[in-house]
Amino acid sequence: MYVAVKGGETAIAHSLDLLADRRRGPRELPELSLDQIDQQLSLAVDRVMTEGSCYDRTLAALAIKQARGDLVEAIFLLRAYRTTLPRFGDSQPLDTSRMVAERRISSTFKDVPGGQVLGPTFDYTHRLLDFSLIANGERPTAPTAPVDAMQDLPRVGDILEREGMLEPPPPADTGAPAQDITRTPLTLPASRPVRLQNLARGDEGFLLALSYSTQRGYGNNHPFVGEIRFGAVPVSFVTEELGFAIEIAEIDVTECDMVNQFAGSHDVPPQFTRGYGLAFGHAERKAMAMALMDRALRAQELSENATSPAQDEEFVLAHSDNVEASGFVQHLKLPHYVDFQSELVVVRTLRAEVEARQRRAALDQAAE
Amino acid sequence: MPDTNYEDGAYNYAYLDEQTKRMIRRAILKAVAVPGYQVPFGGREMPLPYGWGTGGIQVTAAIIGRDDTLKVIDQGADDTTNAVSIRRFFARVADVATTTRTEDATVIQTRHRVPETPLKEGQILVFQVPIPEPLRMLEPRETETRTLHALSEYGVMQVSLYESIARHGRIAKTYNYPVLVNGRYMMSPSPIPKFDNPKLDRNPALQLYGAGREKRIYAVPPYTPVKSLDFDDHPFEIETWTECCALCGSRESFLDEMIVDDSGTRRFICSDTDYCQERQEERQGK
Repeated sequence: MYVAVKGGETAIAHSLDLLADRRRGPRELPELSLDQIDQQLSLAVDRVMTEGSCYDRTLAALAIKQARGDLVEAIFLLRAYRTTLPRFGDSQPLDTSRMVAERRISSTFKDVPGGQVLGPTFDYTHRLLDFSLIANGERPTAPTAPVDAMQDLPRVGDILEREGMLEPPPPADTGAPAQDITRTPLTLPASRPVRLQNLARGDEGFLLALSYSTQRGYGNNHPFVGEIRFGAVPVSFVTEELGFAIEIAEIDVTECDMVNQFAGSHDVPPQFTRGYGLAFGHAERKAMAMALMDRALRAQELSENATSPAQDEEFVLAHSDNVEASGFVQHLKLPHYVDFQSELVVVRTLRAEVEARQRRAALDQAAE
Repeated sequence: MPDTNYEDGAYNYAYLDEQTKRMIRRAILKAVAVPGYQVPFGGREMPLPYGWGTGGIQVTAAIIGRDDTLKVIDQGADDTTNAVSIRRFFARVADVATTTRTEDATVIQTRHRVPETPLKEGQILVFQVPIPEPLRMLEPRETETRTLHALSEYGVMQVSLYESIARHGRIAKTYNYPVLVNGRYMMSPSPIPKFDNPKLDRNPALQLYGAGREKRIYAVPPYTPVKSLDFDDHPFEIETWTECCALCGSRESFLDEMIVDDSGTRRFICSDTDYCQERQEERQGK
């Protein structure tokens, strides 16, 4: 009768074996390779790298494989590994105007310097299942135009900014290292770097739903896509030994510059405001949701009426992390029988008191 | 000094790197210096999920050494799955001796219970804390609650207890029952049943509380007064049972209820498995 809580050790061991077995599936099927996941499920890899805060395609692919395709679980795996890595320092800020863009669109201007580049996008696909993929339908390699990697691609925001139509981004704290939210606890009100880090790691679904809520009137700020670009940018790092920046890597990022409703007053000429989003790999939905949320969370700074959930900094930043949320929601599976026993005891006592009162009342009534 | 163990050579001793341990130890020292005050710390992602004891695990990892003997309990029991999992984690990464005997342990990590066996000087009790802020369910904003603590403005909790009396005729809060530490800070004792609250008061052992997801550490140093909130006309009281433990016959311990057949027959058993076991052995010895 006491077995309910005994034997945890063996049960866990068997559960782990079973899980590993289910992950592998029928042995007659070939096992997925990390390269296959990296190359053919590349957008899943991108999401895991972004929310896992670790740019490593192989490790992200491994996490996805180990997590059986559960991306939140994969993000958790990658984060738990990342946290053990030593930190060498901060890279130089990415210069996305040096991006070799594979895709770049603006919805605010018909044409922009550097041109609109549609690139690979689901946007204009008809969502019809392609049954030829069942039979491993091979595709011919897509033709590509030559890309001038040396050409700088000015940001649409910069062009608007020169005219004074768009607010400049807040000045960077040069010299001071940015606060790292994976090393220090969140403090409120949060600085812009902290907010952007939090949103970049934040759950795509959570940010998507909240940013959607702003479009439906819960804190609307009339957004336009100033620009979305996706491509490779160099990462530079100043090593102590050399004293100057060297390129250490090239990473794929998606950047979204959102142009929002103008602010101004009697004395300050009206100006468009901006929201910013950046994600590893190709992740436009995430970058856009992040940009909308960045702008929504500036409500207080811009003296707007902050009445909607999406504008509530503490609400958004404290609940955006899916590893935290997933853990805490699922911890309800752990035994709670001590607390429940306490509740049972008190509810029984309270019920007994009510029943006693009712009995007395009934007796009094009968006596009358 | 960095020091790796054999099985998982890729990780530092007790999983966390030494810098992180130092950061956590600093937070612990501050917490001990200001009993009941929630010290923010740079909580790390642990290889166990948030909400499953990551705060307690980080505290334990920061204080444990090879000479320690670790006991891990969940709901009072050493062999519940999560307790087993955490104990296995430390046996693996910290190469530490483990025990189920409260008396033999130097560090006891717990979820939802304080052992029945009285603790001694030199022992450390590490609590896993889900929500460190006692006022959270009354005031969801951290910015507000920090101010309330700074001003010792705890009226909102007294009002909530009063409302419970008005509605039910008694304080119906049963676990995570708020306490005042050293007459200054209101503290969540973590979701232990209020049955365990009196054990926190002037306990000879050091109590450390770790909340991983919320990134807070707080502490109750040995022999610190811990008072459960109440009213003069509604004094604090703990759960009682009319039954005794079906295994050891205890009438003093916290009892778990079990449904043993389809018709709903119940039996009551000590929630503290070590305490129950010791008592059974004593009885058999007689």
